[in-house]
Amino acid sequence: MSEPTCIDCDIHNELPALETLYPYLPEYWLAYCRESAFNGPDADDYPAGAPTSARDGSTSNPDLMEVQAQALRDADIGILNCAYRVQSVRNEDLAACLATAINCWQVEHWLEKEPRLRASVVVPSHSPRLAAAEIDRWGGHSGFVQVILPVRAEAPYGNRRYDPIFAAAVRHDLVIGIHFGGAPGLPPTPTGWPSYYIEEYAGMAQIFQSQVISLVIEGVFERFPALRVALIEGGFTWLPSLMWRMDKEWKGLRHNTPWVKQQPSEYMRTHLRLTMQPLDAPPNPTHLAQILEQCGAEDLLLYASDYPHRHECPDILWALLSAEQRKKIRSANAKALYRL
Amino acid sequence: MPKHIVATVHEIPPGERKIVEIGGRSIGVFNVKGMFYALRNICPHQGGPLCEGRITGFVMADKPGGAYTYARRGEILRCPWHGWEFDVTTGQSWVDPISTRTRSYAVEVAPGDALPAGYQPGPYTAETFDVSIEQEYVVVELPG
Repeated sequence: MSEPTCIDCDIHNELPALETLYPYLPEYWLAYCRESAFNGPDADDYPAGAPTSARDGSTSNPDLMEVQAQALRDADIGILNCAYRVQSVRNEDLAACLATAINCWQVEHWLEKEPRLRASVVVPSHSPRLAAAEIDRWGGHSGFVQVILPVRAEAPYGNRRYDPIFAAAVRHDLVIGIHFGGAPGLPPTPTGWPSYYIEEYAGMAQIFQSQVISLVIEGVFERFPALRVALIEGGFTWLPSLMWRMDKEWKGLRHNTPWVKQQPSEYMRTHLRLTMQPLDAPPNPTHLAQILEQCGAEDLLLYASDYPHRHECPDILWALLSAEQRKKIRSANAKALYRL
Repeated sequence: MPKHIVATVHEIPPGERKIVEIGGRSIGVFNVKGMFYALRNICPHQGGPLCEGRITGFVMADKPGGAYTYARRGEILRCPWHGWEFDVTTGQSWVDPISTRTRSYAVEVAPGDALPAGYQPGPYTAETFDVSIEQEYVVVELPG
């Protein structure tokens, strides 16, 4: 294949219905799903009626044909981020079986039918040992380039309980993709339950920042120096101020976490990449240009359509970049990150 | 008038410090394992009273839950305002060492019975002269 010129790092492939997984479930859990009121994970990150969930001419649950016709129209390679939140299933064994089932479904119905697609391994991340086993199951499959973790979790991902997941990702040279959404049973804001969808939807950027702080400060990148993390669908304009604040406070609080041996922003620049959507563009393009410069965006950003979700047109971003910078963000950064 | 007597040796035992004022400058004089060092009592970061900070070591660890070890125990000064760490023996800041270095001054211990003429006694001079002849004086030398 010739050099890809456009890699879309966020395309959604969502399960139409729990019944779709029946062929992939072991006998006991198949019977359980049929006989109980269980209807699958109860996360609903993209409510079907919300205008943000689907753009014109798309559905919130696109099938392969729609993805081929729409999302892959301009992209040479598309990375699938299946938002099936098995983490909200409290029975860890059922969650693990659902993860295996949906990964089988991703292989059979997406990867084997469309060579331009890559996929993300769905894992029961609330059960890190089982999650690591699921990563080991698919680590040798060339179609999987990433492990997807919802940004909302029971504990911040820097917590040592998640180390088996990161160890498995490094073992198989997979990216950890931390993605918008999740339903761990905790509120989607740090201060409790909101009342409206916009609070949860726009406020998710706070949780991304919490995860970045945790990964850096709890020493994940010291324990796993080869780990690469993609922050997907979390925005990026918050990054410069977070870098400044973390660097500033680290100078005085270094002794509190001595394993953090570099400035926090250095870990962020080395280990993190961020998708460009949602683009929290300020009204004045000059201000966006400043943000891009402040965080060194040309080396950090990944092109993503987030198909089928509706976002601002990225033309304002492209217009601010040189041809070389556009090339990095459109393909080169993703090519390096995902070893494409 | 560069040299100032600031204390007797016995007044600042190992691990202790004395903050003195010389020529309008607040200066911390430290005894680190028998060696004396003097630092300007102004943190180059934000101007905090650096010499009032905690004297500690450089704590290290490889991971959460791992062992904490200390290097340079008793030689690291942590500013009480923002916690920046400085090497007492050199004034060197651990963070941002190129641009952040506090002023350090030459310190010598002069025998109590051998004070050359021209020494400027510091604030403690009167008292020390009353002490016995075996005592030694801590002398801080300011740049001319």
